[in-house]
Parts: sequence; structure tokens; C-alpha cells
Amino acid sequence: MAAKSALDLKTVSILSEHRTDIAAYEHPWVVRMAHWANAASLFVMVTTGLRIYKAFPSFGAKIPQHDFINIPKWLTLGGWLGGALQWHFTFAWIFVITGLTYVIYQIVSGNYRQVLFTLRDVPGVWPMARHYFFFGKKPEVTEPYNPLQKLAYTSSIFFGILATLTGFVLYKPAQLWWLAYPMGGYHLARVWHFLAMCGFLSFIPGHLIMVALHGWNNFYSMLVGWKKDPEYL
Amino acid sequence: MEKGVALSDWASGEYFSKSRMARTFKDSDVVPFEKFPYNGYDILDPEVDLDSWTLTVEGRVRNPGELGLARIQTLPKIVQNTRHVCVEGWDAIGNFGGARVSDFLKFIGADTTARFVEVECADDYYESLDMASMLQPQSLMCYEMYGKPLDRGHGAPLRLQMPTKLGYKQAKYLTTFRVTNVLKSDRKGYWEDQGYSWHGGL
Repeated sequence: MAAKSALDLKTVSILSEHRTDIAAYEHPWVVRMAHWANAASLFVMVTTGLRIYKAFPSFGAKIPQHDFINIPKWLTLGGWLGGALQWHFTFAWIFVITGLTYVIYQIVSGNYRQVLFTLRDVPGVWPMARHYFFFGKKPEVTEPYNPLQKLAYTSSIFFGILATLTGFVLYKPAQLWWLAYPMGGYHLARVWHFLAMCGFLSFIPGHLIMVALHGWNNFYSMLVGWKKDPEYL
Repeated sequence: MEKGVALSDWASGEYFSKSRMARTFKDSDVVPFEKFPYNGYDILDPEVDLDSWTLTVEGRVRNPGELGLARIQTLPKIVQNTRHVCVEGWDAIGNFGGARVSDFLKFIGADTTARFVEVECADDYYESLDMASMLQPQSLMCYEMYGKPLDRGHGAPLRLQMPTKLGYKQAKYLTTFRVTNVLKSDRKGYWEDQGYSWHGGL
């Protein structure tokens, strides 16, 4: 069986007694490390971020204060504001270093071509969404990542950049006040920071459901790199 | 987790430059006085006797002793509209007046190569700050807000006002001002001793 994909994936064929097994090396170790470091840091950033937000669950002025949302304590990590800030400013390092490592690796290795959402992926978004959400016919699989996946992964990079830049503005508004300008000022930077988190939160349930639906082979490949019998080969 | 914050504090200190100015605002951007929050850690009025109040100056200074407010007011007065940022996430742009900490340090003959300034307050609050931030020209020994003497809720008669620091670093009701090279590890600041960042820089 020959690889149909023109992509530069390492593949092996193992001839067993009864049939030929095919496996593809999908996730190099840098990507796997980045994925799990990011999963851990994102979990901590969101839960401690919610605890920090609880100290002033509002946007805009202190007087009068209009609370936006009451976040239940069990959703948060850190115990109190000071504890949450310690976790947040520790895992922020991991979050940013992981993100930079991943992006630089994808660019240098050229692997970004598999996963970066581009204009040519636009026509494929609707058929794939129709398949996922409205039980439409499944479009033919020709690439490791379908247009909807590419859109999700690419937008998560965008949310990461947004979370990082707005985070810096909130952390150092006096040193980096010029960086608040494109965000519409200091108050809006806090809104964007919150929305970046919402972006991640909108990504995670879909991601986990798809992982569950695709089963063990798919999950296993993010642990060891190899995926048995990928459907695109 | 303290290590992570220590790393962030170290990076904050390295990045800080005392010649980099915090943004100042037009009068029309300043919130009305009634909308500038009062925020204290336990009481809003430690009942300082304003007539007999003095500031105790000690440590690595040529002129230690007790200073009345009038002596501090002989230094050039700076008035500025700056953003006051609370660690909780809210902020307010206010109008503040006072003497530059850098002028005050010169006035008391402080050794500005020393690393820290420690302050103690009438409400038993205490703080310690890095010398670089104290020397930043927008750091004030603040005795006025909105053109009036500091009121009791905001730290009368004298507080620190520093647009480059979070609110909890800008101690109110000052009673002691000490220049030093040594900080006690269990007495860096009221909130810092419970886990807030020591640098607390903005």
C-alpha cells in the first residue's frame, strides 16, 4: 500500500503473518512535549486566572462596580488571590516557552504546512462542519488534518498570542502602556485576556470529544508519536 | 510556586528602568474624587495625630531623625495624573501631589547605592521597596490628592505614591522611612509575607 499523501510523513509497513500494518510518525517528540506541557499549563492558567478574576469579577470601574459573573470556587485553583497569582506567574513561563518552542519548531521543520489554516482550506470547512454537526456525508480524507481541525489548531495559536500579549499589558501596564493602545486601552486588555481564555475553552470540549471518538490509536500517537493505520494513508 | 514568582520578580527588576515613565493623563481622564476607591488592609483611619506627627528617618542616611510634614513640603512639589492599579484587578486614574522620593532621599542624605527602602505605618502595615523604583521620578512622598491635603482614608498625612507599583506597595500613614541593604526574610511586606510578589512592579 503506497502513501497517498504527498506530505513528508515518515511511514513504515510491517508485514505480519496475516496482513500489512501501516503506521505513520505523526507527532515528533517536540510536538508531543509541547502538547502535554501546554495541556498542563493551560489547565493551571485557566483555573488560577478564574481565581484572580474572582477578586474583581468585573470589567471597568471599581466605583460603581458591576460584577459580570460569579465564578464558583471549585472551578478555581490557588486558594486565594495571592496563591493564584503565584501559580499564574509560574505557569505563565511554561505556557510562553512551550508556545514559542512549538511555533519555532513548526516553522523550522516545515510541518506547519500540514496544520496551518490557509485560504485554500476555506471551501472545505463547511462540508466538514456539516459532517460533524449535522450528520452530513464525510468528505474524502486526503490529508492528516482536515480543514476544520486546521482552523481549530491555527486559532488556538492566535488565542495563545492574544493571551500572552494582553497578559503582559495587565502585568506591566506602566512599562508597556504603548502595547495597550492596539488593544483599546488597559480596561479592554483585560476583556481581551478574558476572551482569549474563552477561545481556549471553546476549543477544549470539541478537542476532547474528537479524541474520545477517534479512539486509542489516535490518543496513543500523541504519547509515542506513531499512529497505526491512519485513515489518510 | 514562590520560585516562579521570584523568577518573575527578578525579570521585572531587570526590565525596570528608572528613566522609563509611566503614562500620565489629562485632567479630563481623572476619575472624580468620590470614585477613587478607599482600600485598606484592616482599618481606614489609624487615628494619626496630625499635629504631632513626624516621620522617623533612619538607616543608611547622613541626617537621621524626626521630620515634620512642613520640612518635606519645602521640597519641590510635583503634581501628576497617574493610574493607580490594584492587585485585585481594578484601577483608577487619580491626581496626586507631593515631593519626589528621589529629592527626599537627597534631602536626608541617603546612600542611594543601598538596595532597599523599608517603611512602617501607623496602622502596623509595613513595606519594603527596591531603590531603583524609589528613584524613578514619578515616585512621590505624597501629601495631596486632588489639590487637597491627603485625607485619613487615603493615608494622611503622608503615603507613597508610585505609578510603577501595585497599590499594596504604596504604603499609607507613613511613620518610619529606613534606607537599608538588608531585608528580613519574614518581614518584607504585610502582603508579601503572605505570598504577594515582592517587586509588585507595573
